[in-house]
Amino acid sequence: MMLDSTDSYVTEDGRTIGGVVMEMKNITLRFGGVVAIKDISFDIREGEIRAIIGPNGAGKSSMLNVISGFYVPQDGEVLFHGKPRPHMKPYEVAQQGIARTFQNIALFEGMTVLDNVMTGRLNKMNSGLLAQAIWRGKAEQEEIENREKAEKIIDFLEIQHIRKTPVARLPYGLKKRVELARALVSEPSILLLDEPMAGMNVEEKEDMSRFILDVNDEFGTTIALIEHDMGVVMDLSDRVVVMDYGKKIGDGTPSDIRNNQAVIDAYLGVAHD
Amino acid sequence: MFYREAGDFKTSYTDDNQTFPIKFDRYRYYVVLAVAFGIIPFLINDYWANAFLLPFLIYSIAAIGLNILTGYCGQVSLGTGGFMAVGAYACYKLMTAFPDVNIFFHVIAAGGVTAIVCTAFGLPSLRIKGFYLAVATLAAQFFLVWLFNKVSWFYNYSASGQINAPERTVFGVPVTGANTEAWATYLFCLVFLAISAIIARNLTRGMQGRKWMAIRDMDIAAEIIGVNPMRAKLSAFAVSGFFIGISGALFFAVYLGAVEVGEVFGIQKSFLVLFMIIIGGLGSIFGSFAGAAFLVLLPVALKLVGVDLLGWPTDIVAHIQLIIVGALIIIFLIAEPHGIAQLWRVAKEKLRLWPFPH
Ligand SMILES: Nc1ncnc2c1ncn2[C@@H]1O[C@H](COP(=O)(O)OP(=O)(O)OP(=O)(O)O)[C@@H](O)[C@H]1O
Ligand SMILES: [Mg+2]
Repeated sequence: MMLDSTDSYVTEDGRTIGGVVMEMKNITLRFGGVVAIKDISFDIREGEIRAIIGPNGAGKSSMLNVISGFYVPQDGEVLFHGKPRPHMKPYEVAQQGIARTFQNIALFEGMTVLDNVMTGRLNKMNSGLLAQAIWRGKAEQEEIENREKAEKIIDFLEIQHIRKTPVARLPYGLKKRVELARALVSEPSILLLDEPMAGMNVEEKEDMSRFILDVNDEFGTTIALIEHDMGVVMDLSDRVVVMDYGKKIGDGTPSDIRNNQAVIDAYLGVAHD
Repeated sequence: MFYREAGDFKTSYTDDNQTFPIKFDRYRYYVVLAVAFGIIPFLINDYWANAFLLPFLIYSIAAIGLNILTGYCGQVSLGTGGFMAVGAYACYKLMTAFPDVNIFFHVIAAGGVTAIVCTAFGLPSLRIKGFYLAVATLAAQFFLVWLFNKVSWFYNYSASGQINAPERTVFGVPVTGANTEAWATYLFCLVFLAISAIIARNLTRGMQGRKWMAIRDMDIAAEIIGVNPMRAKLSAFAVSGFFIGISGALFFAVYLGAVEVGEVFGIQKSFLVLFMIIIGGLGSIFGSFAGAAFLVLLPVALKLVGVDLLGWPTDIVAHIQLIIVGALIIIFLIAEPHGIAQLWRVAKEKLRLWPFPH
C-alpha cells in the first residue's frame, strides 16, 4: 500500500489514520566518535501507534531525545506538520503538545502522585506569580479546573488510591503508570513512550497495553513507542521502524517486519561485516 | 481522640486544596493567630521581645525565603547574610531619603530591591548546580559585605561606618528608633511574617511551587514536560530574595536599630538560616518556623538551664550549644532530611488513626 503524506486510511479495527504529522529527514547524531543515529528517515502519521524497535544500543532512545529537543542532531531535520522545525529547547517542544515518558522513570520523587500529575498541566495554566501569591480569583479557579482534568486521568489509569502518596514510596510498575499519567494529562497530540513496559510482569504489561490502546482510541493521540517485547509490539503497533547500530534496517507493518530478513538477522545476532 | 480525620470528608477540590484540610488543624491555626495577635501583645515585655519573639519572627521570614530557594527549588545558597544586608541597607537608604513615606512601604521596597539583587546573583544557577552554586553564592556573600563596607554612600558617609535607624512611626506609634515599645515592634514584625507565610504557602501549593519542586527533584524531566528552567530558577531567587530582604530590613530597623555589616550580616548569618531550614525541614513552611524557633530558643534555654540553674561558666555553655547544633545538623541531614516538620507529620499521622491504627 503506497500512501501520500496527506492521505488517510482506516485500519482493520476501524481507527482512522491521518496524514504525516512528524517526519524525520536524514537524521544523524554523533557523540564524539560514537554514531548513535546514522542518516535515518521515517515519518509518524496522525493517530497511529508507531513502534521503534531494535537491539540494545541501537539508538532508539536517542531518536526520541532528538524529537524531544533534548539532543540536537548534527545533520538532518525534523518536520512538524510539514514544516521544518527550528532548533527548540525541550520545554518549547513540550509546549507544542509533545509529551513523553522515559526509559528510566523520571518522576519527581519528592512530590505526591497528584502533584506529579498536576505538573503535567503546567502548559495549560497561565496565572502569574502575583495572582498565585494571592490565590483568589483566577489562580484558584485555574487550579480547580485543572485538578478536575488531572483527576480524570487519575481515574482513567486507575491510580486513585495512591493520589496523595509520595512517589518515592511507590513500586516500579505504579511509577511507570504515574509517569504515563503525567504525560497524558497535558493532552498531547503526540505521545512518546520509551519502553513503557520494561521490567513489568505479564499482568502489568497487559494493563499497560490496554491503557496505551485506550489512549490512542479515546483521545486519538498519536503514539510513538519503543519496546523490546515483540509480542507487545506486534499486537499494538500500526507500523514499526527497526534500528540496528544507528541504522534503519526496516520500516513497515508488523507483518512486513516479521518477514524482513535484515530484521531477523539483527535479532538472531548474525555477524555484522 | 481530639485529632481526627475520619468523618471529615471533602466534597470539592477547593476543600481538598486548603492549607489546613483537616478541621482540627484549621482550628489550631486560628487559635495560634488569635494568641499571636490578640494575647501576646498584652503580655509581652522587653526581655521576651528581644531575647525570643523579635528574632524568632524575623528569622522565620528569612527561613521561609531560603526554604523557597533551597528546600523547594533545590538551589543551595550561602548568600543569605549578604542578601539580608541588601535589605537592611536598602531600607536604610529609603528611610533617610524619603522620611515622609511610611516605614511599612520602605520594608516592602527593601524586599523588592533584594529580589532584584538576588535574581542577579542567581544567574550562575542557570549553568552550575549544587556545590559549585553554593560557592558562587558564597562569593556573593563576601562581595556584598565588602561593598557595604567600602562604598560610604551606602551608610550616608557616617564616620562610624554604621547605619542607624531613625525613629519612624506607624499610626503614630514608633516602631523604629530609641523610643519603641515591645508590643509595637512585635506586632509590626508579626504582620510581615503573617503576610510572608501566607504568600509562601500559596505559591508553594500551586503551579509555581510544583515547577520549583520539579526542578529540584529532576531538572531534565521538568524541562521535558515544559518547565522553563531559567524562569523557574530565577523566580525562586526573586521570591526568596524578597522575603530575605524584608527580614534583613526588619532585623536592622526594628530589632537592632544600628548595624555594622560585617558583624551582623556575615557568613555566620548565612549558615544560621541554612541550619534553621535543615533542622526545621527542607521544603516546608512550617519547618521554617520550627527551625527558627528552635535555633533562637536554644541559646536562651541553655543559658537558663546551664548558667542560671546549674552555674556552669558561660563559655562552656556556648560550646555545648555548638556541639548540639552540629550534632543535630548531622542527624537531620542523614536520618531525617525533612526535619522537625517531618517528625511532626509522622506524629500526627499516628495520632490521626489513634487509637485504632488499622
Ligand atoms: N548522552 C550520550 N553521550 C554519549 N553517548 C551516548 C549518549 N546517549 C546515547 N549514547 C550512545 O548512543 C548509542 C545509542 O544509545 P541509545 O540509548 O539511543 O540506545 P537504545 O536503542 O535506546 O538502547 P536500549 O535498548 O539499551 O535502551 C549507544 O552506543 C550509547 O552509548
Ligand atoms: Mg533506550
